[in-house]
Amino acid sequence: MAYKNYILVCAGTACESNKGKALYEALEKEIKSAGVETEVQLVKTGCFGFCEQGPMVKILPDESFYVKVGPKDAHEIIAEHIVKGRKVERLLYKENKPDGDPRSNDISFYRKQLRIVLRNCAVINPEIIDEYIARDGYAALEKALFDMTPDQVVNEIVESGLRGRGGAGFPTGRKWLFTKNTTADQKYIVCNADEGDPGAYMDRSVLEGDPHSVLEAMSIAGYTVGASKGFIYIRAEYPLAIDRLNTAMAQAREYGLLGNKILGTDFSFDIEIRLGAGAFVCGEETALLASIEGKRGMPVPRPPFPAVKGLWGKPTVINNVETYANIPVILLKGAKWFNSIGTETSKGTKVFALTGKINNSGLIEVPMGTTLRDIIYDIGGGIANGKKFKAAQTGGPSGGCITPAFLDTPIDYETLQSIGSMMGSGGMIVMDEDDCMVDVTKFYLDFTVDESCGKCAPCRIGGRTCYNILDRISKGQGKPDDLQKLKDIGHAMRKASLCGLGQTAPNPFMSTMKYFEEEYRAHIEDRKCPAGKCKELLSYTIDEAACVGCTACARKCPVACISGTVKKPHTIDQSKCIKCGQCFTACKFDAVKKG
Amino acid sequence: MRAILEEPMSENKLPAELINFINEWKDKQGNLIMVLHRVQEHFGYIPREIAFEVAELLNTPVAKIYGVITFYHLFKLTKPGRNQIAVCMGTACYLKGGEDIILEIERQLGVGLNTVTPDGEFSVEAVRCIGCCGLAPVMTVNGEVFGSVKTAQLKKILEQTRGK
Ligand SMILES: Cc1cc2nc3c(=O)[nH]c(=O)nc-3n(C[C@H](O)[C@H](O)[C@H](O)COP(=O)(O)O)c2cc1C
Ligand code: SF4
Ligand code: SF4
Ligand code: FES
Repeated sequence: MAYKNYILVCAGTACESNKGKALYEALEKEIKSAGVETEVQLVKTGCFGFCEQGPMVKILPDESFYVKVGPKDAHEIIAEHIVKGRKVERLLYKENKPDGDPRSNDISFYRKQLRIVLRNCAVINPEIIDEYIARDGYAALEKALFDMTPDQVVNEIVESGLRGRGGAGFPTGRKWLFTKNTTADQKYIVCNADEGDPGAYMDRSVLEGDPHSVLEAMSIAGYTVGASKGFIYIRAEYPLAIDRLNTAMAQAREYGLLGNKILGTDFSFDIEIRLGAGAFVCGEETALLASIEGKRGMPVPRPPFPAVKGLWGKPTVINNVETYANIPVILLKGAKWFNSIGTETSKGTKVFALTGKINNSGLIEVPMGTTLRDIIYDIGGGIANGKKFKAAQTGGPSGGCITPAFLDTPIDYETLQSIGSMMGSGGMIVMDEDDCMVDVTKFYLDFTVDESCGKCAPCRIGGRTCYNILDRISKGQGKPDDLQKLKDIGHAMRKASLCGLGQTAPNPFMSTMKYFEEEYRAHIEDRKCPAGKCKELLSYTIDEAACVGCTACARKCPVACISGTVKKPHTIDQSKCIKCGQCFTACKFDAVKKG
Repeated sequence: MRAILEEPMSENKLPAELINFINEWKDKQGNLIMVLHRVQEHFGYIPREIAFEVAELLNTPVAKIYGVITFYHLFKLTKPGRNQIAVCMGTACYLKGGEDIILEIERQLGVGLNTVTPDGEFSVEAVRCIGCCGLAPVMTVNGEVFGSVKTAQLKKILEQTRGK
């Protein structure tokens, strides 16, 4: 291509909302006024993953990586870097190492990553189908339609060892085989883009950054199992992803890559979007299908599995967004290539949304079998503010925690399960010494109780009872047998709940009680929260000897409950204090004590 | 179901564009949720008399429509404030102080979650992850995202929004 430089600008939700859009427009304007339209190509891409540092701009071919760029920086980038060829030093991402200024793929955030699912995110403009095609897009569909029988496709997927990325890890090829082998007049392909785990955004980023990869994979699935119709069930909370999908579908239809007689063959396949409406349980496959049918999203017992009897009673393949995004690459590069990556039982890569108390928060993709240490310390840059690592939570409200003892365990489906957590869909939340495990667990239970559909008693009543127990523990009113009670109810919920939501709801407390029993006991027996998080067990006081009467705390207190005159020791009215902790942060003399 | 009975009949009627939309979707299976989204996009909530009109047009019992509306968190039965504030209470935001943001907004506005201020200016709700976890804690005001929010900023954000 004829351009001298390419400027890539992130246009994912996080950056776009962070003035990324204005930045793009400003760059566009500067390019025009500098008269360099023929020399540079401005590209709006999907998420770079390094959200903490956004909005980001990458300049090719020299791979300069500018971070935290604002619209007002646009002029300098164009005038200096593009016109004069001088890098804008102050915007370059610098690592804490002597040579600074690494090329972007050499930054430690990216070095240990392997991008298969995210191969096109932050590389192509997701709103232009030609850019996808230029990177081998739709070549896998073409290969399937012209060079492979449905049997060969399904064999390739079975061989690859690909397992579902939506949480449970069921082998994708086997699922397709079930549907393929069931005869019916109509079959369906469904994409689960409900992404209910709070604190996770892998699927959103794939749909925003590379929507065609999912469309292509769904068509391949349709060809393989004999379906002519697909549905993408996506959360209404993801408007940008929905827009990009609609654009992508329209373009694919125009190019004959979706719709009637795809690529001139006899195979026809089309896709419709259906919106969720804020119900976590609708991520569960049977509830999701009920929701597509326009009903209340209540799970139904399995079997029969959707693969045999799904949408409107017809055989239905339902897979997660990330699962689909793997399919085109597997067909192009082959099952052998794919199953050479990862561990014995878990092949390929996994995308994680790395968030919480970590320096480099963002979206990462690593080979299965990567250790938590690599993720947290190399990619994530360690714990924020020099605090101590306490636990990482995976699997969201259905998952458990990984403690420092397991930092060197290779992460795959089986190892995570064996330590009481689970792979989940990819949320990875890092907690430090200031986070209280009772508090976090209560947060998750609050979530599952709120989201329980109420259909079956173990989940509806058991969940509520456990929440109440956790609530009283966090308030210093726990009873000696509370831990045993939680265990008993938890076991019953695991066995007797109808769907995955109730079956896995006990995981957060089962896991934290196992690894942090001491902390629970401190709440129950000593009425203390060692992390200083549970507000009912906490009070703020002012140490008269240390207080110099600077009034910093009193000025910050939102409820004006700190009294005292200038240069005299201050006091806190405990009856009015809402324990917001602002005085604690405001005091420069360590006179405000928390305990 | 109480909200349905208490809500006064207003002058709401389905505009032509919505009727067209519904007619387009009428023969598609599983159309109800898509139609309700469109209605809420237009009115900000799902007014009672509109639910009746939709029932008629789709030939669906009103009971089924309310069954669906009440099951899904996103559908509202009452009119929200002119300015809608949503504070993220996803895990990442919770860990980084999302709850303090909510408490402070409640204090400043003098109303709790899911309630409209008496002047009709604001309503506040807690939402689960809007996918900007890297910027936690996050809130949105009329859809505009604010990241790394500090409680001290809230007064200004509210003031900027008021009367808009
Ligand atoms: C309560 C609950 C919530 C779920 N949420 C999601 C979700 O948000 N996204 C998803 O892909 N799978 C979710 N699942 C898993 C689905 O039921 C199903 O296993 C998955 O869509 C299958 O696709 P896969 O084999 O590609 O993973 C959830 C399951 C349960 C029990
Ligand atoms: S386990 Fe919970 S969410 Fe699942 S069917 Fe039972 S009540 Fe509903
Ligand atoms: S914790 Fe908050 S409310 Fe209590 S005294 Fe300090 S600033 Fe005031
Ligand atoms: S947890 Fe708040 S944006 Fe994801």
